[in-house]
Amino acid sequence: MNIHEYQAKELYRKYGIPTPKGIPAFTVTEAVDAAKKLIADTGNEVVVVKAQIHAGGRGKAGGVKVVKGVDAAKAAAEEILGQTLVTHQTGPEGKLVQRLYVEQGLPIEEEMYLALVIDREQKRVAVMASTEGGVDIEEVAEHSPEKIFKVWIDPAVGLQGYQMRQLAFGLGLSKKAMKGFGKLLAGLAELFVKEDCSIAEINPLVVTKDEEVIALDAKVNFDSNAHFRHAALWNELRDLTEEAQTEIEAKDAGLSYIQLDGNIGCLVNGAGLAMSTMDTIQHFGGSPANFLDVGGGASQEAVTKAFRIILSSDAVKGIFVNIFGGIMKCDIIANGVVAATKELGLEVPLVVRLEGTNVEAGKAILRDSGLNITPADTMAEGAKKIVELAKG
Amino acid sequence: MSILVNAETRVIVQGLTGSAGTFHAGQCMDYGTAIVGGVTPGRGGSTWENPSSKGTAPVFDTVREAKEATGANTSLVFVPPPFAADAILEAVDAEIGLVVVITEGIPVMDMLRVRRVLDSQRTTRVIGPNCPGVITPGSGERSHGGQKLGIMPGHIHRKGNVGIVSKSGTLTYEAVHQVTRLGMGQTTAVGIGGDPINGTGFIEILDMFQEDPETEGIIIIGEIGGSAEEEAAAWMKQHFTKPAAGFIAGVTAPPGKRMGHAGAIISGGSGTAAAKIAAFEEAGVKVAPTPSDMGTTIQSLLK
Repeated sequence: MNIHEYQAKELYRKYGIPTPKGIPAFTVTEAVDAAKKLIADTGNEVVVVKAQIHAGGRGKAGGVKVVKGVDAAKAAAEEILGQTLVTHQTGPEGKLVQRLYVEQGLPIEEEMYLALVIDREQKRVAVMASTEGGVDIEEVAEHSPEKIFKVWIDPAVGLQGYQMRQLAFGLGLSKKAMKGFGKLLAGLAELFVKEDCSIAEINPLVVTKDEEVIALDAKVNFDSNAHFRHAALWNELRDLTEEAQTEIEAKDAGLSYIQLDGNIGCLVNGAGLAMSTMDTIQHFGGSPANFLDVGGGASQEAVTKAFRIILSSDAVKGIFVNIFGGIMKCDIIANGVVAATKELGLEVPLVVRLEGTNVEAGKAILRDSGLNITPADTMAEGAKKIVELAKG
Repeated sequence: MSILVNAETRVIVQGLTGSAGTFHAGQCMDYGTAIVGGVTPGRGGSTWENPSSKGTAPVFDTVREAKEATGANTSLVFVPPPFAADAILEAVDAEIGLVVVITEGIPVMDMLRVRRVLDSQRTTRVIGPNCPGVITPGSGERSHGGQKLGIMPGHIHRKGNVGIVSKSGTLTYEAVHQVTRLGMGQTTAVGIGGDPINGTGFIEILDMFQEDPETEGIIIIGEIGGSAEEEAAAWMKQHFTKPAAGFIAGVTAPPGKRMGHAGAIISGGSGTAAAKIAAFEEAGVKVAPTPSDMGTTIQSLLK
């Protein structure tokens, strides 16, 4: 789960991580008031107006403006708010800017990079630091990996002082900056674990002219499996306007759904099978309209909802239901499909392949429903059939 | 022969009295698995009844009690995510040899801690979480008489000479079903789960298949993300001598949907399906062009 920069910084401050002073704004008027207040508080005319969207690369796309004075801040807010930003992370359709964050400007001496991530191979939380801040870190990793320093946190003992020093020496920090860096990193490591993060990234992490170490940007991703531990806070931080409407509906029903560009709707159980159903459709010359994993424990209502989401898309010219029941029972899928089609009708071809737990019961329900269903024995046969049928 | 589970396997089910635990433990028992007890804290002293047959099993408050009373050497875990890590650690503490975790949705932070404990001992092996489990098919009708520890449909299996290891549950069923339909069968099929942090990786399972005299060939099934497939391929090149078929799910998956920005760095550009397929092929694993060809691919190698 993603949150905005201003929300991440609020969380950072709770863990003693220094950030610039800043105020979120939802309108131009609020942005102007924020700029006025920051200038009065800091005695510095320079403020930064930043677009708040769930994607990186905002600066390059014109979503971050460093300005001097209230009038310039107003002009920047007018320009950014309501604009659709296209960055390398938004996809070509871009993201509409509905929130701003106005921050104090700082005299920056150096820009660095700091991130905590889950390292699958080491089975640890990895801390990565680099002297190359403010740029695309993936490029640094590719072209000058020697500029990235890494340590791994042992969950039994937590982040140790020598690890922090190892990173600080790698970054070439002064004695004073090193102290600040150590405190900041200790806070970030604590936040990462306690708040169940999957990523906490600061790019850039800056050293100011008076050697303070400050998180100029802040990114936090939560591990959605830990929702039960943080339900109240996470529900408050969630920005529904950042998510596609169908994806919200799916998520609320406990389904994993991603919209794609093609015209063949897929309803599958299991992430691996769902991915390879897409692969197989493509292999036979078709194009999937979505990734949909109904999971193992989905109820009949959730399956009905899933099928309703697919049926209600205008782009869908055919539907392929591919189920290999294990924990998921085939009769639950069949009942869900029948319930959704009774409600919305079925105007496109439907190919169903059922296998596994309660398969006979599932097939009988579909047979007795009177729906126009093309059965398939295997995934490949089903994919081939739906690709043909969807051509019309 | 087989790997991980065999006629000696005696199973307690943690979370036996829950709905998933009850249904699937019943299915396992009907298949032939020795389900000798269950653990549900607070329900100790009661008797669990298999909903689909006449079998019963005693319920205990703790894993240690269950192990002492039943002589169990294996645990099957259906405990819900908030309590799953605790349940696994309880099984480790009770020195259960094999713990198969079906539970889906355990927080990564919990699994990091569990994994840290697992790496500091040698008694307990954990398979999963978020996996279909482990099955060694029997020689009875519809492969009954074997050991099924998990949620996979038992009847699609058949005793045979192909080992199967997979990150994906439903793709494991695909592979199993195809192998059975072609008149072959499985020694053991293992789902290791697709979570970022799990108990047992590809290499450990492949090593067991290499040592198992009855396993004549294997199917390995991976998916995008991480670099477990690349590491398995590198290991296979050195140590694995049996015929191997493979498949990687997610050739057409859009990039960046699940994996975050910084997450991609650690794996150093690997993690795409193309990179994994290339690694497999370089290691001599024959990659099936579609998931429906996994069975015929291993069949062609075993001829």
